[in-house]
Amino acid sequence: MSRSNKKWFSLNLGRKQHDNSGSCGCGKTSGGCGSHSNDSEMSEEEFYNAAVDASIGDEREKDGFDQVFDVKMDRRTAFRKLTASLLIGAGAVNTSCNVLSSDESKEKAQIDWEEQFKGNYKLMTDDEKKGTVDRLVRSYQMRTGKTVSMSSKNAEEDVLFGYAFNISKCQGYMDCVSACVKENNQDRNSQMQYIRIHEMKDGEGLKFDEADDNYYHEVPAEGHFYLGTQCFHCDNPPCVEVCPVQATWREDDGLVVVDYDWCVGCRYCMAACPYDGRRFNWSKPEVPEEEVNHNQHYLGNRMRKKGVMEKCTFCVQRSRAGKNPACVEACPTGARIFGNLLDPNSTIRWVLENKKVFRLKEDLGTEPKFWYFMD
Amino acid sequence: MKQLKVFRSLVKDGFDVVTHGTKNYHLWMGFLTFMMLVGMYCYSIQLSEGLSVTGMTDRVSWGLYISNFTFLVGVAAAAVMLVMPTYVLHDVDFKQAVLIGEGLAVAALIMCLAFVIADMGGPSVLWHMIPGIGVFNFPNSMLTWDVIVLNGYLFLNITIPFYILFRHYQGKEAKSKVYVPGAILSVFWAVGIHLVTAFLYQGLQARPFWNNALLGPRFLASAFAAGPALIILVLAIIRNFTEFKIQDKTLKKIAMVVTVAAQINLIMLISELFKEFYAPTHHSESAYYLFFGLHGKDALLPWIWTAIPLNVLATVLLTFHKLRNNPKILYFSCFILFVAIWVEKGFGLIVPGFIPGPYGKIAEYTPTGIEIGVTIGIWALGAFIFTILARTAIGIELGQLRYRKDK
Repeated sequence: MSRSNKKWFSLNLGRKQHDNSGSCGCGKTSGGCGSHSNDSEMSEEEFYNAAVDASIGDEREKDGFDQVFDVKMDRRTAFRKLTASLLIGAGAVNTSCNVLSSDESKEKAQIDWEEQFKGNYKLMTDDEKKGTVDRLVRSYQMRTGKTVSMSSKNAEEDVLFGYAFNISKCQGYMDCVSACVKENNQDRNSQMQYIRIHEMKDGEGLKFDEADDNYYHEVPAEGHFYLGTQCFHCDNPPCVEVCPVQATWREDDGLVVVDYDWCVGCRYCMAACPYDGRRFNWSKPEVPEEEVNHNQHYLGNRMRKKGVMEKCTFCVQRSRAGKNPACVEACPTGARIFGNLLDPNSTIRWVLENKKVFRLKEDLGTEPKFWYFMD
Repeated sequence: MKQLKVFRSLVKDGFDVVTHGTKNYHLWMGFLTFMMLVGMYCYSIQLSEGLSVTGMTDRVSWGLYISNFTFLVGVAAAAVMLVMPTYVLHDVDFKQAVLIGEGLAVAALIMCLAFVIADMGGPSVLWHMIPGIGVFNFPNSMLTWDVIVLNGYLFLNITIPFYILFRHYQGKEAKSKVYVPGAILSVFWAVGIHLVTAFLYQGLQARPFWNNALLGPRFLASAFAAGPALIILVLAIIRNFTEFKIQDKTLKKIAMVVTVAAQINLIMLISELFKEFYAPTHHSESAYYLFFGLHGKDALLPWIWTAIPLNVLATVLLTFHKLRNNPKILYFSCFILFVAIWVEKGFGLIVPGFIPGPYGKIAEYTPTGIEIGVTIGIWALGAFIFTILARTAIGIELGQLRYRKDK
């Protein structure tokens, strides 16, 4: 994605410019314009290695289970790591070395051990990503007897997701909210919802403070209009900056995601988000087994645990598979539009080019990829 | 090798000192232990149930723990007000008090770290934050800066007094060449810990109540009032219950520090109030909520309207030399000032930052019993650690604890 090709106004408040080493003047990142002919002289593998080096470089060796244990280290670091592991892993070792316990419980202990000490998903290689996904699938199978399909699909090239919301069309049915909860396996006990629909009075403009975002009456209510908010997947997300462990980040296709297993639960990102886009698991999230959506993505709707952050991912398990997010699909009025901002023929681009669009709290310089418009 | 032997003997002697004392001392330590156990029990419930047992919600996601953490950073930073005159300006009047001040800083910092850990959703994966093993998002995240400065300050405040006491324990004079560079560093560091902690909040454009340039300086002013006020109270208690001599002159000088800081703090409060209420904007709503309540929601009113009058009263009392020089009035003012700033820098700062929420929603916050239990437990832990440190330090300074004295 090259930023100079943006089709919308950008405040650019001293934001860092990322140079994509692979891009060229034609705006494409892969071959096709002719100036990439050199690439063909490199073998696939060489190119892959060079690309990985360019994108993550040293970070590759910084952390992660394999990342840590495959690197050379001096005696002191090794010793430190071993002691730390020893304390927490003692129980797991005990089970896995116990001759009396079954193979299955040994495998379980092995998985728990590796999951406890795995690295940050953001810094993993594709193989490591696949490894942790396989472990999680196996672990779920052993615990519940059910099989889930979990994807670790990366962002595709030349894709930048964007979203538009038609205020004139929304009638406040909240079908999007229930579809979202179902799709994303949100905790049913605390009634966690990523989307909030604000009911506002006609003729008073966008008065959020007087709006009702928790209504229980027949809609559309006379003299009211409706506006939905969720995570806006900012291009300059404040939540990402503040995370002390880089457990949340912006993917190349613009999705702001969370590694639930890396999050330490400090909730600094929640304080930093100006859009109320983040949710915390205050207790162990529970979804009745028969309601669990088995089509999952590591960064999306896989089962969460207690004490970690989560948020809307534009249904990464669907959007990266070429489908619309659940909220878009569920909306009965067609108020929600989702698509690839880099595709000139997409509906979202048509909306941005032909409608008077605006975003919320633009003065904060967060650059949301979520626009509002009216018919 | 010899040093190790001395150290072993110091630990042994120190243990003897802290486990022997008057009946009141044992009662005090027993009480603190009991409170710590209560706190641990409450924390164990929180660990198994999750943070849902606290009053925090998605709307108000930081509460009592982070409030106390913020306040205690200030108390820790206040040690600098004794360190600077003693080690850097060579004012002998502070010499007796400085070790106590540093002990207080150590206790406050340990409480800070305990509060942060109590607030974490996943304490078992905290290793993710250790540089080298985990991923340390430095320098982007202010929280990583805070981890560095707090631990660094803790290190400084443990090593400097330890070196001095260790030398005195052996009956030797501490070499100023060894500890003065550290002391000078700790002066800057103390300003650093408080400023960085303020930046933690100040840097969030999402929360207009925090996102103002005065937050950092006001943190410093209130810290240099509340911290030394607590030191005065502690010194008064030590003077009463031990043979450790602390001169009136020392207390008076510290009182002067408290007074000036409290006055500056009050000026900044007026400046803040003026900005929020003279030409109120959308961003003044949190301040309105704090001071007057919004849409009938007014949970913080009793707190803030206790804190402000106490703050003003204490500052006025301290301003008059005659009143300040009367020990009874001095202790009283220091106590109410401490309470006032605890409310103001804790509850009064953290909670209104979240109210109203990003879209104007007002959801109030009330801490639960379990949250209060953990908080009291951590305060007891701090008092416990301080008592142990202070008793050992006083023993060494009075010459009761000496290496091989009775062997």
